[in-house]
Amino acid sequence: MSTYILYGVTLLLLALSFKNDKKKTKMSLKKAWKAFENILPEFLVIILLVGTLLAILNPEAISKIIGGDSGWFGVLLAALVGSITLIPGFVAFPTAAMLLQNGAGYMQIGAFVSTLMMVGVVTMPVEIRYFGRKLTFLRNGLAFLFSFVVAYVIGKAVGAL
Amino acid sequence: MMVLLKRYRVFLATFGLVLIMTLINRPLGLEALSITGFSLKEMLLVIPPVFILLGLLDVWVPRDTMIKYMGEGSGLKGILLAFFIGSAAAGPLYGAFPVAGVFMKKGVKFSNILIFIGAWSTTKIPMLLFESTALGVKFAMTRLLIDIPGIILIAYASSKALAPKEIRQIYENAETMIQ
Repeated sequence: MSTYILYGVTLLLLALSFKNDKKKTKMSLKKAWKAFENILPEFLVIILLVGTLLAILNPEAISKIIGGDSGWFGVLLAALVGSITLIPGFVAFPTAAMLLQNGAGYMQIGAFVSTLMMVGVVTMPVEIRYFGRKLTFLRNGLAFLFSFVVAYVIGKAVGAL
Repeated sequence: MMVLLKRYRVFLATFGLVLIMTLINRPLGLEALSITGFSLKEMLLVIPPVFILLGLLDVWVPRDTMIKYMGEGSGLKGILLAFFIGSAAAGPLYGAFPVAGVFMKKGVKFSNILIFIGAWSTTKIPMLLFESTALGVKFAMTRLLIDIPGIILIAYASSKALAPKEIRQIYENAETMIQ
């Protein structure tokens, strides 16, 4: 659905640009290609790492790591698993729902979902190319710590039901 | 040829390791390769429009306009725009960094760029809908409410922790990423 909107908007703007100035349109497409080609090696590494990690850390494996433990140690494990993996939403949320059914607490799931989104160890190669090492480690580190706040609040607000 | 080989050496090494893993544990390796193929398809589907949009942005939108709306002194307007653009985005997080690169080239304030990255990773609207169905509206809304101040906090803390010189270097580097 969102992909269709993205394509619709892109095609519309591209047509508009072409109508106004062919040369500028050509230039922007050239820039787009060069920017893509520039970062392609890092993209390919990420995709390969994600594929490998998802093969190893499948939902059953994640459930074994997160499911059994409760308390802050479980939250820490959940945050660590969430940080390294980069799982697309349509896999991540059903997995999280399954973990809940298998007895994981809301606090652990909160940490898992939060780090999954905010912290990306696998995407670091791309982040470093644009932002440098220091900021990349800083941003991911702060987001990792913040996920414990998220876990605590979700545990209190949702888990208390 | 040598340049190409050098640029892709990390990829080739990783690919080699996956192949060795496949030799040792066939099902695991094949599974990894099949998921990689799937992600590759996802990337080829979502990434081209993102890059075309950033190309158009770079060519058509004047630097002064971007500075006015999202640069130093853009205040709340800049923060809200950064949130909105990040939340409306589609595609995996690694697509956000090239867009951030163009933003830097256009003079967008550093903290707004970090807010944009945070929003792209965390408050994407399609993802929120999905999260609500899988984990419940209360879960998704609680996470959203706590993440919005979190994103702002992380953005300001990170930009304060860097020296002005370091930020300038990051902006200079971004110039070289899109030409």
